[in-house]
Amino acid sequence: MQCGGFRISYRGDERIFDTAVPIVGVVLLLAVLSVVPWYATTYWLDVINRIGIAIIGALGLNILVGYTGQISIGHAAFLAVGAYATGILEIQLGLPFYLAIPLAALIAAGFGLIFGIPSLRLRGLYLAIATLAAHFIATYGIIHWERMTNGVLGLMIPTATVFGIPLDSDARIFYLIFALVVPATFFAKNLFRTRVGRAFIAIRDRDVAAGVMGVSLYRYKLLAFVISSAYAGVAGGLMAHHSRIVFPDAFSLLVAIDYLAMIIIGGLGSILGCIFGAIFMTLLPEVLKLGATSLTGVYPNAFGLIASMRDIVFGFAVIFFLMYEPQGLARIWLRIRSYWKLWPYAY
Amino acid sequence: MGDHVVFMLQLIITGIAVGGVYSLMALGFVLIFKASAVVNFGPGELVLFGAYVSWATILPMKLPLYVALPITLGVAILLGLVIERGVLRPLIGEPIISVIMVTFGVASVIRGVLNMTWGSDTRPFPVLFSQEPFHLGPVPVSPVHLWSFVGVLVLLAGFSLFFQYSLTGMAMRATADNQQVAQSLGVSVKRVFALSWCVATVVSTLGGIILGSVRGGVDFSLADLGLKVFPVVILGGLDSVAGAIIGGVLIGVLENLSGGYLDPVLGGGVKEVAPFVVLVIILMLRPYGLFGKVEIERV
Repeated sequence: MQCGGFRISYRGDERIFDTAVPIVGVVLLLAVLSVVPWYATTYWLDVINRIGIAIIGALGLNILVGYTGQISIGHAAFLAVGAYATGILEIQLGLPFYLAIPLAALIAAGFGLIFGIPSLRLRGLYLAIATLAAHFIATYGIIHWERMTNGVLGLMIPTATVFGIPLDSDARIFYLIFALVVPATFFAKNLFRTRVGRAFIAIRDRDVAAGVMGVSLYRYKLLAFVISSAYAGVAGGLMAHHSRIVFPDAFSLLVAIDYLAMIIIGGLGSILGCIFGAIFMTLLPEVLKLGATSLTGVYPNAFGLIASMRDIVFGFAVIFFLMYEPQGLARIWLRIRSYWKLWPYAY
Repeated sequence: MGDHVVFMLQLIITGIAVGGVYSLMALGFVLIFKASAVVNFGPGELVLFGAYVSWATILPMKLPLYVALPITLGVAILLGLVIERGVLRPLIGEPIISVIMVTFGVASVIRGVLNMTWGSDTRPFPVLFSQEPFHLGPVPVSPVHLWSFVGVLVLLAGFSLFFQYSLTGMAMRATADNQQVAQSLGVSVKRVFALSWCVATVVSTLGGIILGSVRGGVDFSLADLGLKVFPVVILGGLDSVAGAIIGGVLIGVLENLSGGYLDPVLGGGVKEVAPFVVLVIILMLRPYGLFGKVEIERV
């Protein structure tokens, strides 16, 4: 008798959806998401938009760190390049956003190629330090190329218009963001069923062995950086249009650490993990804000403590997940799912 | 002597003084790395911690220096123990990304706790040395810089003696050299890991006190200075104590000189980025640094 995950062909094993249930689930989720702007308040819509942007950024970082095993502390710099490229292309060249964002992704990918060069000679810790240095150099470049980037003051981004409709409200930006989040997620999910994705995983698991098997380390490591930073470029472009202003402080080292935390808390090497991590990290300050609001009666100073509470909770969350659940929320989700799969017969 | 020579000498002297503090921070970093192969990505927060605790014991609590200093160092040792026991020991043998991220986590917690306790305003640091500059030949030198440099020298000499002659210091060097051999010779490797964190927090705390008195105040920008540890240790060699000390002074001088000469040309901020440019160049050309062990894996 066939039961559980019974697969008799490689095609069957590779499928993204084994059964009809997850397909229905995804379709339902997309249907719900498409009507969200009609029901959500502006505040929550803003939060959801930021989650969407974070998902794209986290996908990019997870492809690089979680799947290819190349540690990068420079993700904020890629986001910055995407955001600034979008802004500069739109302001200086007057390009519409639907050209500017893909071009920004390409420009970020080019930067990824340059950032990726150290990875050809270094790995692990040394690569992490090299990307850290690259972050500071890129930030310096952005702050001091004042003619284009307007320095520390930042760039004001013009409103995006599509078919004459200005994307000037959170609801309209929402559709733009989710029109990109959905394909970005599926592309990433599908990537790891292809030769390229498998090469990435082989490099992560043992680069020498991968090289012996005929995976060109040179090509695939750089490709991982390129894909990762293209994702970051798109996320940065969306950030620019979401917040309408781009300034250097929005891309500090802390942002890079936040993204690393996202993929660790969500789950390294897991697409679902990126989504969970993005939701977790975006909701964390919001939940603290809600908590502070309810505490103001008892403790009037509660709001002043949000920033430091966020640091503390964030730090403990990272430590907790690394110690007790290194595969993150995605793993917890899997456990819950497999528990219910056979419920009430646990065998 | 011409004015530009004086200018250059002044830059170099200030650079050496600041570099001394970098050496201290790098020493803490290298010790942890040597003993336990853990890379601490939050060295700045340890410095910040030391600066704030010493400020709190000296100014608001009004303790005299000879009481405040031991208390501060005691708290620092406690912090080192908590970090090692609580966080890093369970992660021995985990992949490097986990260890890197957990130190980011620890740094974030420290930053949050400090911010919550004392707020983010700049706190005036007690004036430990007189501010009146004196002249070393034609070059004006501020006593703070001189004393901080002397302090750093004394500390570094003390630590060198400690590692060279004391039993504990030898045990630490042995562990750094080869954990298995050290253990078979009766060294408690666990104790050495804990000790290396304690020494690192103590050294960073002293660095924090010195930096605080050089700048005349403590605030959260001190933590950003901590990241300068990376150029220093990469230049000196990740696992070399001597490298950390020399690298610190070199980076201090280099950033001051580049700041002094290139800032007018490039429009400011060169000081902050120059060490990292050096870092990348060294990583590409000589990843093991000036004095590091040549065993980096080539990919």
